[in-house]
Amino acid sequence: MTEGITTGGLVFYGVFFASIFTSNILLTNFLGMCSFLAISKEVKASVGLGVAVAFVIGITSVLNWLAYYFILVPLDLIYLRYIVFIIIIAAFVQLLEMIIERVSEQLYNTLGIFLPLITVNCAVFGAVLFLIIRNYNFVNSLFYGFGSGIGWAIAIIAMAGIRQKMARSRVPKGLAGPGMALIIAGMMAIAFMGLSGMIKIT
Amino acid sequence: MPVAPILISVAAICGLTTVLAVILVIADATIANYGDVKVTVNDQKELTIKGGRPLLSSLMEQKLFIPSACGGKGSCGLCKVKVLTDVGEHLATELPWVSEEEKKQNIRLSCQLKAKKDISIRIPEELFFVKEYETEVTAIRDLTYDIKEVTMRLVNPGEITFKAGQYVQFVVPAYELTPEPVYRAYSMSSHPSRKNEVELEVRLVPNGICTTYVFNHLKAGDKVTVNGPYGEFYLKNTDNPIVFIAGGSGMAPIKAILNDMAEKNINRKTSYFFGAQAVRDLFLVDEMKALEKKLPNFRFVPALSNPDPSDNWKGETGLITEVLDRNLASGDHIEAYLCGSPGMIDAAIKVLNKKGISNDRISFDKFA
Repeated sequence: MTEGITTGGLVFYGVFFASIFTSNILLTNFLGMCSFLAISKEVKASVGLGVAVAFVIGITSVLNWLAYYFILVPLDLIYLRYIVFIIIIAAFVQLLEMIIERVSEQLYNTLGIFLPLITVNCAVFGAVLFLIIRNYNFVNSLFYGFGSGIGWAIAIIAMAGIRQKMARSRVPKGLAGPGMALIIAGMMAIAFMGLSGMIKIT
Repeated sequence: MPVAPILISVAAICGLTTVLAVILVIADATIANYGDVKVTVNDQKELTIKGGRPLLSSLMEQKLFIPSACGGKGSCGLCKVKVLTDVGEHLATELPWVSEEEKKQNIRLSCQLKAKKDISIRIPEELFFVKEYETEVTAIRDLTYDIKEVTMRLVNPGEITFKAGQYVQFVVPAYELTPEPVYRAYSMSSHPSRKNEVELEVRLVPNGICTTYVFNHLKAGDKVTVNGPYGEFYLKNTDNPIVFIAGGSGMAPIKAILNDMAEKNINRKTSYFFGAQAVRDLFLVDEMKALEKKLPNFRFVPALSNPDPSDNWKGETGLITEVLDRNLASGDHIEAYLCGSPGMIDAAIKVLNKKGISNDRISFDKFA
């Protein structure tokens, strides 16, 4: 059996590539579905939310990796990881919102208003749990976090594009809106499955 | 069981939370601190508020009340203000409530807008007079089987200045139908010279949060908070003939306007069409008859759509629109004032248009 790149050897670009395409957190793990379905009506809003999620997953992955290996493991408090991760994510998002609001009005208008939605986005939390379960080291966690975020952003932007195109096509009445969105999401997931043979992620 | 691990876990969580909380508090005091911001209202009044907070609540702290039904959650779209300074684009949370036309004029929702630097806004002049009043219920009287008249004495502040026909918001405290206080608008049936009282007419709506509260819980001596006055439903200062059209508790603002006219000796040609189903829905007929004596040019026309045989009704019969059609002379100089249910108002406006009265001469107050 041949594999393009194995992550068994923990190569960071393998992790990065895998987290974007072959193990897309949204389309293969179905995390972050609620905002994916709710916000993907418009491309502009999707880009804003996608960028925000990518940034937050990237940074919180690193922060939580540090908290896990430097606080929880040494103190033998691994069973508290869920609550600690959530506290850190919530605090970081709060802080980020304040900073963005201060620094750039423009950025706040396009990105900042989505931040409260991200605090409760399961993709952020899911990514952190995966990198703990898979025993990633710091560099891999960093690339896995940003990769997952970019993958999530690509998925929602693609979805928004499809939905915006769909707006002009005739959809059976009962399926219009969320029904059609779920069917599209399913098809996108099948399409992404086609990439899954390339890299095996463990 | 060993105590040490428990202590360690508690200490670790507390420590972590404290560190994060301290960071956030510091950030709130530095990054999110925009200092004091000057708000210029209508080019005449200057208020100093804390920057970075929603405008609606900041103005409320300064005792400037902008009407809002949802309390700043961005779900009612009432708290609009016109912003004269540049405060950036409309937020996504404002867009559902702002029309294209309003967008061009930079009309914003004050609950979503945060003032980060000095800002100049324009609001309707009368909002300057809007205050919050603590009141005490002095009397509750049955006008009909489903309409109650509630009289409240103003405690603090002790006097209210308003135009006859305006409304106040009644604050319903949390009780079994609502977990949080809600605001409901009611026209004042008292006229402006009764400065230390507010009188409302409340019609029972099945399961209505406010009406159920008034009918089942409110009693004389209770404390009630109201704020106001609001609204543009008042008599225009002209010499044109007037037609009032009302149904049910739509009587309230018209009664106030009529009493005000009687006091000020405004003797314009006036007719008042009041629609009801049967005699049991009619009220304040004696007071209207007394007003006819005080105002020689005033005529009260009650109309019953479905009089009971035992009523022995000899007056006008039929839907208010039919009665209006029969009794109102055509003329484009007539001013019309309507108060009642949306259905009645829309139907009556059609009749008025047919009689040659254009929409700019028609004022109305719809009960939504």
